[in-house]
Amino acid sequence: MGRMERPLRGVADPPADGVGRRDFLKVCMIAAATVGLPASVGRRWAEAAQAGLKPSVIWLHFQECTGCTESLLRTSHPDLGELILDLVSVDYHETLFAAAGYQIEEALHQAMEQHAGKFVCVVEGAIPTKDDGIYCQIAGRTAIDILQEVGSKAAAVIAIGSCASWGGIPSADPNPTGAVGAKDILTGTTVITIPGCPANPYNFLGTVLQFATMGTLPALDDKSRPLFAYGRTIHEHCPRRAHFDAGRFARQYGDEGHRLGYCLYALGCKGPETHANCSTNHFGEVPDCWPIGLGHPCFGCTEKGIAFHKPLHEAAVLPENAHPPIFPEHRRSASVPAVGAAGLVAGAVIGAGLMASKKIAVKDGEDER
Amino acid sequence: MAHASGAQPVGGPLLTRPYKWLLAFLGLWLVILFWRFAAGIGAVSGLTDGYPWGLWIAFDVVIGTALGCGGYAIAILAYILNKGKYHPVVRPAILTSALGYSMAAIAIVIDVGRPWFIWRIPLGGWPDLGGYNWNSALLEVALCVMAYVIVLWIELSPAFLERWAETSSGWLQSLTRWGLKVVDKLLIWIVALGLLLPTMHQSSLGTVMLLAGHKLHPLWNTGWLPLLFLISCVGMGYGVVVWESAVSSAAFKRERETAMLTSLAGTIMVVNAIYLVLRLADLVISGKTLMMFTSGIYSVMFWIEIAVFAAPIVMFANRRRREKFGTMFRASILLVLAGALYRFDTYLVAYNPGPNWTYFPNLPELLITLGVIALEIALYIFIVKRFPILAGVPAARSAH
Amino acid sequence: MSMDRRALLKGIAVAGAGAAVSATPTEASEAPQAPPDAVGMLYDATRCIGCRACVTACKTANDLPGNLYDPPNDLSGDTKNIIKKYEVDGHVASYMKQQCMHCLDPACVRACMVGAFKKRDFGIITWNPGRCIGCRYCQVACPYTIPKFQWEKANPKIVKCELCLHMLKVGKQPGCCQACPKAAVIYGTYTDLMADAKERIAKHPERYWPQGSPKIFGEHDGGGTQVLYLASVDFAKLGLPDLGAESAGALAQKVQHGIYKGFVAPVALYAILGAVLWRNRRAAAKTGGE
Repeated sequence: MGRMERPLRGVADPPADGVGRRDFLKVCMIAAATVGLPASVGRRWAEAAQAGLKPSVIWLHFQECTGCTESLLRTSHPDLGELILDLVSVDYHETLFAAAGYQIEEALHQAMEQHAGKFVCVVEGAIPTKDDGIYCQIAGRTAIDILQEVGSKAAAVIAIGSCASWGGIPSADPNPTGAVGAKDILTGTTVITIPGCPANPYNFLGTVLQFATMGTLPALDDKSRPLFAYGRTIHEHCPRRAHFDAGRFARQYGDEGHRLGYCLYALGCKGPETHANCSTNHFGEVPDCWPIGLGHPCFGCTEKGIAFHKPLHEAAVLPENAHPPIFPEHRRSASVPAVGAAGLVAGAVIGAGLMASKKIAVKDGEDER
Repeated sequence: MAHASGAQPVGGPLLTRPYKWLLAFLGLWLVILFWRFAAGIGAVSGLTDGYPWGLWIAFDVVIGTALGCGGYAIAILAYILNKGKYHPVVRPAILTSALGYSMAAIAIVIDVGRPWFIWRIPLGGWPDLGGYNWNSALLEVALCVMAYVIVLWIELSPAFLERWAETSSGWLQSLTRWGLKVVDKLLIWIVALGLLLPTMHQSSLGTVMLLAGHKLHPLWNTGWLPLLFLISCVGMGYGVVVWESAVSSAAFKRERETAMLTSLAGTIMVVNAIYLVLRLADLVISGKTLMMFTSGIYSVMFWIEIAVFAAPIVMFANRRRREKFGTMFRASILLVLAGALYRFDTYLVAYNPGPNWTYFPNLPELLITLGVIALEIALYIFIVKRFPILAGVPAARSAH
Repeated sequence: MSMDRRALLKGIAVAGAGAAVSATPTEASEAPQAPPDAVGMLYDATRCIGCRACVTACKTANDLPGNLYDPPNDLSGDTKNIIKKYEVDGHVASYMKQQCMHCLDPACVRACMVGAFKKRDFGIITWNPGRCIGCRYCQVACPYTIPKFQWEKANPKIVKCELCLHMLKVGKQPGCCQACPKAAVIYGTYTDLMADAKERIAKHPERYWPQGSPKIFGEHDGGGTQVLYLASVDFAKLGLPDLGAESAGALAQKVQHGIYKGFVAPVALYAILGAVLWRNRRAAAKTGGE
C-alpha cells in the first residue's frame, strides 16, 4: 500500500493496520531529506525508533493560538501521527491529548520524573511577565513557573513559533501582558528558537528528529535559530528576485504586475529583512503555498521588530550593499611603483638642480678671482 | 632685425651615448603610446571622473606652455623695449618656446579622448561654423596655441633657412634665400603676433579654471585668474631663458652670457612684485584675509607659493649678489618653480571635486610625461647641434 | 627709446581702457530663464523607497550594459542614473536619485569649446558624438560632477542623462519616471513641476527640509535647474552642493567678455605692438644695426 494512497487521518484515530516497516523507513528518509540531512540519517532514525529508543517530548502551551501545532498537523512527511507514535513519544500535549484536568497534569509529572534530564521540552506560545505573570495560568501555576520547572529538567528546550521565540503577537505594542519568549525566561539554558507565524513545521521536525535520534543540535545563529532554515533572508532566495533586480514591481493588488507575479517590494514585502526559508519550504504541502507565492508580501513573521510592529505596507530596508553612499569610494591610483617613480624623478630633478647650483657657485668663485 | 649675429651650430656628433639612451627611452615611450591609443586613457593613467585633468594637462600643457614663454618674455624686452643686448638670447628662447609649445600640443593629442575631431578646431568647426562655442575660454586657448606654434616655428625659421642657404645649392638655395627675405619683411607682424598670442592664451588658461566654480578653492578662485596667470608666465619665461642659457653653456662648453642675464634681475623683481601685490590685494579685498591662514593644507600650499614668488625679490635685494651668476641661476629655478607651483595648485591641488575622489599619476602616465620631456630634449639637442641657434664663443667644431 | 616706451605705455593704457569699457555692466546678472517648452523631473526623496527600478529602467531605455546583481556604485560610462543612500546612525535617512540636473545656465555647455554639449529641445542638454574631442572640460565645469567619461574604451564617450529625449520625441516618458512605483520621480513641464513642488511644500512644510519653510533645490541653485529636488534632510548631505544663485558660467563669462568682447582689445593690442616694433626697427635701421 503506497504512502500517498492513505487518507489523511486525525491523530485521535490510531492507524488500523499499523505502519509497515518499509513505509516507516520511507517516512524517516523523507523526513531526513526534508530537513537537508542525507538518507542514511533517516535510516538511522528508523533503526533507533524500532529499537524502542523513542525520546520523550513534553509540549508546553502558553500564550498561543495553537497555530504551530496546527501547522504540524498539516504535514505528512512525516505525518504527525507517525511522529507521535513511531519516532518520538509525546508525553504531554494539551491539544492532542484526550485527557484533561488532573489526569493530564499527572501525565506531565510522571513524564518529568521518568525522563528527567532526557526529554525534549517544546514551548509553544509566549510567556507573560507583567504582574508576576498572572495572565497565563494553568492548574493554578503561572507560565513562568511551569516553564522554569519543566525547562530545568529538560535535555533540550525548543521554542516553536514566534510567540515562544520572542513574544510574537501577544507582544505587539503596547504589550499589555509583558509577553516574552522562552529564551527570556530560561536565561541559563540553550533554547533553540524556531520562529514563524506559524513556524514552518519542517524546521521543527528536522530539529527534533536530529536531537531525538542523534543527540545533536543543528548549527544555530546568534538568535539560536537553526542556520539550515534561518541562515538566509527571504530576499536572498526568493523566486521573484529576478523581478526585483529588473525593477518589475506589482504596485497594487490585482494590477497587471501583480497578476504577472512581479516582485512585491513596492507593496511592503519584508523579505529583505526576514530570515526564513518559506520560499523554499512551502506550507500545507502545496507548492507555492506561502505568502509571496500567493501574491501577498511577506510581513516578516519570524523577526522581532518587524512582525506585528512595522506596518504591513511600509517598505523594508534593503541590505547594506544595495545602495552606494552619497560619496562612494573610487579608484585610487597612488600605487607604490607610481609614487616611488614620481619620488625618484622629483629627487633627481632637485638633486640635479642643487648640483648645478653648486657648480655654478664654484665657477662664480673662479670667475671672481 | 636680421639673424642673431654670432649664432652658430654647436656641431659635434649627435649620437653620443646619452643621446642613444634618450632615443631608447623614446622607443619605450612609443610603445606606451600605442597602448594608450589601443586600450584607452584609463589603461595608462590614474585619471578618473573626479579628476579628469591630471599630470598631462596640469604639467605638460599648462606648465609646459608657460615654460615656453621664454620667447615671449625675451621678445618683450628685445623687440618692444628695444633692449638690444638681449638679442643673442632671443633665438634659443624661441627654440625653447617652439619646442615647449609643440610638446604641449603633442601632450594634448595624447590626453584628449577623441583626438580624431581635433582637425576641426582650426577650421572653426567647419562645415558647421555656427556650432562652435566662441565664448569658451578653452577654445580661445586651443586656437591661440595652434596659431602660436606656427608663429614660433616661423620666427625660428631663419635659423633653418640660414643653415640650408649655406649648405644647399641651386634652386634649393634660391628658395631658402627667398624665404629668409620674406620672413625678414614680415618679421614685425610675426613678432607682434608672437607677443599678442601668448598674452591671450596664457591669460585664458587662467580663465579656464573659473568654470570650476565652487570646486576651486577660494584662495585660488578669483576673477583675476587671467591676469595672475599672465604675469606669472612672464616671470617663468625669464626663469626658463636664464636656466636654459646656463645649462646650454655648461653642456656645450660655451662662455656664459653672465652680464646680459644678470641684468634681468631688475625686471624679474618688478614682475614678481606686481604678481604678489595683485594676488594678496585681491584676497584682502574679497575678504579672504583670514582664509589665507585658516585653510589647513591649502594655506600651507598658498604660503609656499607666495614664498617662492618672493624669494627672487629677496635674493636680488643685495646689489652685489645680484651681479653674481649663481644668484641669477638659483633665482631662475625659483621663478620657474613659482609659476609652475601656481599653475599646479590652480589645476590640481586647489581643485576639489568632492569627497572620496583622489588622484595620483600612475606609472605609465609618468612615463608618458617623461617621454614628452625626453622628446623635447632630444629635438633641442639635435637642432642646437645642427643649426645656428646658440651665440657666444667658442664657435662650433667641425659640423660633422 | 624713451619715445617708444612712452608710446607703448600710452598704447597699453588705450587698450586697457577699451577692455574696461567693454567690461562695464551690459552684463547685468539676470537669473537665467527656462525655455518656454522646458521639461524636467521632480524627485521627492521622501517618497523614494530605494527600490532602484529607475536604475534598471534607465539602462533599458538607453541600451546600457549592467544590472543590479553587480550594481554600480556611482554614475559612470555605463550608468546615467543611480540611487544612493544617506545614512544616519546605521539607518537610511534618505535616498538620493542622481543624474544630470539639466541646468538653466549649464556650465558644461559654456565649457564645451566645440559645441558638443548644447541645450537643445525642451531645454535638455545632450551630447553630440560628432563633435566631441574628449577634452573633459565639461567634467571640470559641472558643479555636480555629472558627465562621466568612458576611460576604459579606445573610442570613449561622455555619458550622462539626457532625459530620454529619444523617448520624449515619441510621446513616452523618461525611463526612470515610468518605472517608479511610488511616483517619487515624476516627469512634466518645468512650470507644472515647479508648481507641484511649491504645492507640496505649502501643504506639508514639516515633511521637507528645512522644516517649516522648505526649499526646492534647483529653483535658484547655480542659476536654476530643470530637475527639481525635495527632501527631508539637508541637500548638502545628499551631495547637492550649496551653490548660491549665480551660475559658475556667469562669472567666467563676465571675465572672458570683459577682455574679449567684440575682439576689440586683442586687435588694438596687436596694432600697438606692430606700431612699436615698426618704430624700433626703423630706429635701428637709421643707426645702422643694434
